[in-house]
Amino acid sequence: MAVMNMIEAINSGLDNMMARDDDVVVLGEDVGYFGGVFRATAGLQEKHGKTRCFDTPISECGIIGVAVGMAAYGMRPVPEIQFADYIYPGLDQLVSEAARLRYRSAAEFTSAITVRSPFGGGIFGGQTHSQSPESMFTHVCGLKTVIPSTPYDAKGLLISAIEDNDPVMFFEPKRIYNGPFSGYYDKPVEPWSKFEASEVPENYYKIPLGKANIVRAGEAVTILTYGTMVHVAKAVVEEHGVDAEVIDLRTLVPLDIETIEESVKKTGRCLIIHEATRTSGFGAELSALVQERCFYHLEAPIERVTGFDTPYPHSLEWAYFPGPIRIGEALDKIVGELTS
Amino acid sequence: MADENSKTNLPPLSLHIPEPKYRPGDPVDYSDVDIPKAGDLSRPDVNSDPATMRDMVYDMVRVLDDDYTAVGPWDPKLSDDTLLKMLKTMAQVRAFDDRLHRMQRQGKTSFYMKCTGEEATSVAATMALHSDDMCFPSYRQQGILFVRGYPMVDMINQIFSNREDKLKGRQLPIMYCSRELGFFSISGNLATQYPQAVGWAMASAAKGDTRIAATWCGEGSTAEGDFHSAMTFATVYNAPIIMNVVNNQWAISSFSGFAGAERTTFAARAAGYGIAGLRVDGNDPLAVYSATQWAAERARTNNGPTLIEHFTYRAEAHSTSDDPGAYRSAQEREEWPLGDPITRLKRHLIHRGVWSKDQHEALDKECIEAVKVATKEAEKNGILGHGLHQPFETMFQDVFEEMPWHLKEQSDQANREREIKWPS
Repeated sequence: MAVMNMIEAINSGLDNMMARDDDVVVLGEDVGYFGGVFRATAGLQEKHGKTRCFDTPISECGIIGVAVGMAAYGMRPVPEIQFADYIYPGLDQLVSEAARLRYRSAAEFTSAITVRSPFGGGIFGGQTHSQSPESMFTHVCGLKTVIPSTPYDAKGLLISAIEDNDPVMFFEPKRIYNGPFSGYYDKPVEPWSKFEASEVPENYYKIPLGKANIVRAGEAVTILTYGTMVHVAKAVVEEHGVDAEVIDLRTLVPLDIETIEESVKKTGRCLIIHEATRTSGFGAELSALVQERCFYHLEAPIERVTGFDTPYPHSLEWAYFPGPIRIGEALDKIVGELTS
Repeated sequence: MADENSKTNLPPLSLHIPEPKYRPGDPVDYSDVDIPKAGDLSRPDVNSDPATMRDMVYDMVRVLDDDYTAVGPWDPKLSDDTLLKMLKTMAQVRAFDDRLHRMQRQGKTSFYMKCTGEEATSVAATMALHSDDMCFPSYRQQGILFVRGYPMVDMINQIFSNREDKLKGRQLPIMYCSRELGFFSISGNLATQYPQAVGWAMASAAKGDTRIAATWCGEGSTAEGDFHSAMTFATVYNAPIIMNVVNNQWAISSFSGFAGAERTTFAARAAGYGIAGLRVDGNDPLAVYSATQWAAERARTNNGPTLIEHFTYRAEAHSTSDDPGAYRSAQEREEWPLGDPITRLKRHLIHRGVWSKDQHEALDKECIEAVKVATKEAEKNGILGHGLHQPFETMFQDVFEEMPWHLKEQSDQANREREIKWPS
């Protein structure tokens, strides 16, 4: 075991996989000699060689397109898109190509690629360094979408994603790279080293895709969330003294519907939280699923807490962010229905 | 399907990964960089067929020689006043960059980007345009705004995201916009402005306007598909546009080899599209002015687009979030064979007898003082992190022309949260 922050855990996962499997290659803008603008690939080029971890032209279309081609050859590329906000020039290669190659070739060709990309706000990155575009990808059939919330999960999920024979979008909540986030931007960041989830094995291990994690067991309400918002939700739950069951989904597609169903049937209430914009967000899908499967167990309307339907503003970042007040209000409302 | 061809003693293939010549600590020697002699290159007529000038994409327009004299057919023969304005504007840009960079370091804002060493590529280029020509810049062309007289205090208000920020605190610092001055809104995504600029130029041509468009991107961004789409549309429609590629050698930590510079020049992209292409000494303000003037005249007389590669050097970090000491040799800047654009123009003007060292020192002081005054003025309107400068409803405005119900609901929610979170 070693103590790692999320960046170090991701780096360790890449390192393990590159050592285990010659077919695993890392490519992206600034990932080579420099080791990535967030340092997630630091040291990998030096250790594994220049053809295993290398810089690319600034062309997201090219980065993902060549990854699809390398995977068609039989390799397992792990392309990095420097910020999720930069991914759109690569969209055609993801949506029309990587996602459907298995289907259209009757599995003669597959796209075993894992697209890593930092996402989410909370670092004053403005509208082009803060977005949470996960629902654009969950809407695409053939793509898996994974979002870790701790260093331990990040490494285990990343290894599973790399070993998966289908294309995986691996979104890393950059706000919690260095430490979990309670939602109070004016409090200092507590480093991961103070938390148990920073205990990460140095060797290979896996966390299966499609398996959620109940991070807090409870009876009063089920909270479905992922990424940065897992930590904010937990903090708000403690603050409000609500016996909530907080479920970190970890994988959006494929979704662990069993865990969700079991929990909502138990609590009879469901709150969904994501940082991404509201309209057509993944919360809408979750809400529909819970309604379809747990309707007769529900004792209150399902609530969603999300980012607003605006571009991520620079100066009003903390007014935009779905923080403790927005979550707290929704929580009180949904749990309040119990006694009213 | 196996035949004898598939199992021969062929040598194994190898994958080429570009590597820059110098890393941190390496001594730098640029003696192999081919710098053509100033004044040697001929200047074709502005209506020349691109096919007759293909060699120019491998050459370099240079006007100032080693003695700081303006020589050759590309000398724009500018008046002393124009050259002094150019010098003063570049000096002001540099002083502004230095101070605002420090402001970020002092925690007054989240982000800053300098254009140190590249001032000529925006200042001299913009001076060669008409004041109503439309500019589609990337994020390192603050010089355009200085040439066109945008007040520094407004720039700083934007950088501080304060209550007088014309962009309402929405944009990352330095992502300016001024429709009035023909300065398109800067995007944080790379090269997206390139096809947009071509579209603007096509519209201007379709409407029988007389204005042309100019756009800028870095050499790294030429790898984006947007760049190539722009080139295709520009050549197909003979659009009245100047497409500038500021080749400053580095895209964050990736040297220009990752955009193809090991094989050919960026100006050479023009040849493949049948577009006129020029390669310019980007640290020679007279050469930048002259090339832009040539391209502008060409565009304005319906002779079509020009791609200009400005060969220059990013003297400082990519941004305040970057540390170039981790990936390149500090000596590169010192040894850069094309020098510094401000120093070169200064020496040229001294050489002409219209400027002196003392005057230049006084100018630098004046520029620093002007930024100080503007900064103090802007600080009165607030700095990032000191309070919430914009009413919360501004966050929901301009998503659409008319605010739909769901945004009104969300706006009410935000204001409700404000009263709890930040009671007035």
